[in-house]
Amino acid sequence: MCKRYEIEASEITQMVYDLSLKANRILPEGLKKIISTASDREKMPLARQAFSDILENAKLAEEKSLPICQDCGLAVVFVEIGQDLCVKGDSIEDAINEGVRRAYIDGCLRKSVVKDPLFKRENSGDNTPAVIHWKVCAGRDVKITVSPKGMGSENMSRIYMLKPADGAEGVIRSVVETVRIAGPNPCPPIVLGVGIGGNFETVALAAKKALLKQEGVRHNIPEYAEMEKQILERVNALGIGPGGYGGMTTVLDVHIETLPTHIAGMPVAVNICCHALRHAEGTIEGRLFND
Amino acid sequence: MIKQLNTPLSEEDVTELRAGDIVTLSGSIMIARDAAHKRLIESISSGEKEPFPIKGEIIFYAGPAPTPPGEVIGPIGPTTSGRMDPYTPFLLERGLKGMIGKGKRSPEVLEAIKKHRAVYFGATGGTAVLLSRSVVSVEMVAYEELGPEAVQRLEIDKMPLVVLADCHGGDIYVSGPEAAVKLLQSDI
Repeated sequence: MCKRYEIEASEITQMVYDLSLKANRILPEGLKKIISTASDREKMPLARQAFSDILENAKLAEEKSLPICQDCGLAVVFVEIGQDLCVKGDSIEDAINEGVRRAYIDGCLRKSVVKDPLFKRENSGDNTPAVIHWKVCAGRDVKITVSPKGMGSENMSRIYMLKPADGAEGVIRSVVETVRIAGPNPCPPIVLGVGIGGNFETVALAAKKALLKQEGVRHNIPEYAEMEKQILERVNALGIGPGGYGGMTTVLDVHIETLPTHIAGMPVAVNICCHALRHAEGTIEGRLFND
Repeated sequence: MIKQLNTPLSEEDVTELRAGDIVTLSGSIMIARDAAHKRLIESISSGEKEPFPIKGEIIFYAGPAPTPPGEVIGPIGPTTSGRMDPYTPFLLERGLKGMIGKGKRSPEVLEAIKKHRAVYFGATGGTAVLLSRSVVSVEMVAYEELGPEAVQRLEIDKMPLVVLADCHGGDIYVSGPEAAVKLLQSDI
């Protein structure tokens, strides 16, 4: 008989609560380093001022336990759950939303969710529901990533249904075009998540996942790593700069995530994130279940 | 040099400003964003009294995070101004003197800024904690039920801003990147 493992739903709530607060208040270390390096290299005066404000803001937010940005985003939650794990108590979904609800209320985080997107647009009052992405995998643990995502940069993201013949150049051109159109709106300097392949709905998720990859580390396949480098170079040549005031760094980092796709297609999604790319992750280990 | 400005802005203040100027702004301003603009324009268009006098006012497109205990206001930063573009020429016509936000404006808004001699200031997106430190006091003015989208009056002291678009047609989102591209090309 196979072994089974368990955790309480309340542990998930607690973890989502902690991660929501942490992600909103503390910028990941790797990202801070990339911003500092770009700041040191910047020569345009307004851009230098913007960089210095961005770094000072991150420092203050961390020290005072305040959200880095007033837009505390939609709470995007990635869940990887082991198939040998049994969660006792509430449904996992309710447990996650409860964690988000409490964190956004207790932590003085802005509630930005409206229930009806078109007519009523009434604020849900607690930033729920979270946007939850599920993955069932082998094992007995649950890994949770909370990534609050502001709408300023989300609004400037795009999907392209390219043709296979468009090739790498077609993808790069689409990314550069997306950033050029976005201009100052998504709070540059930005980070880019690029999804390639899959279909209409999965390519967007791939782009979002790409944003969460290790900062400053290029793709493990050389061709894609080379594309990432080219994107950095060609996007930065646009000169949009921090705040859009004009500067040498428009994009801080870029990651490509690929998916198998159809013989007739090559979807590309470009998910833009502002310089405050917020995320925090944690794992709860299942305990051996005795009955 | 950093220009120090006080509200209400005079005609001379506005005329002297140029895109790219770094300024500080002190005095009284309003915050209003998406839903508040929709309500404001609907109520004025249907002949109701303005919930606050638009003439000479400066609107900051912002929805702050909730105020933590012991603080004047929660983190407050600019939201993307372009979403307010459909309402803005109407407000500029009624005497709105300035806006604080981030991001590109429509040609209609830029034209109305020139025509009515107004100014579009920018605050750097993602610096909300820093910006909140220049807020001295907050007062609820209208649409409290909109939560973070309510209209509130702020007293500010030396809020650090940049002139994004001036009344002479200057636009830092055009001139800034152009200068940066020249610099980048001369570096190669």
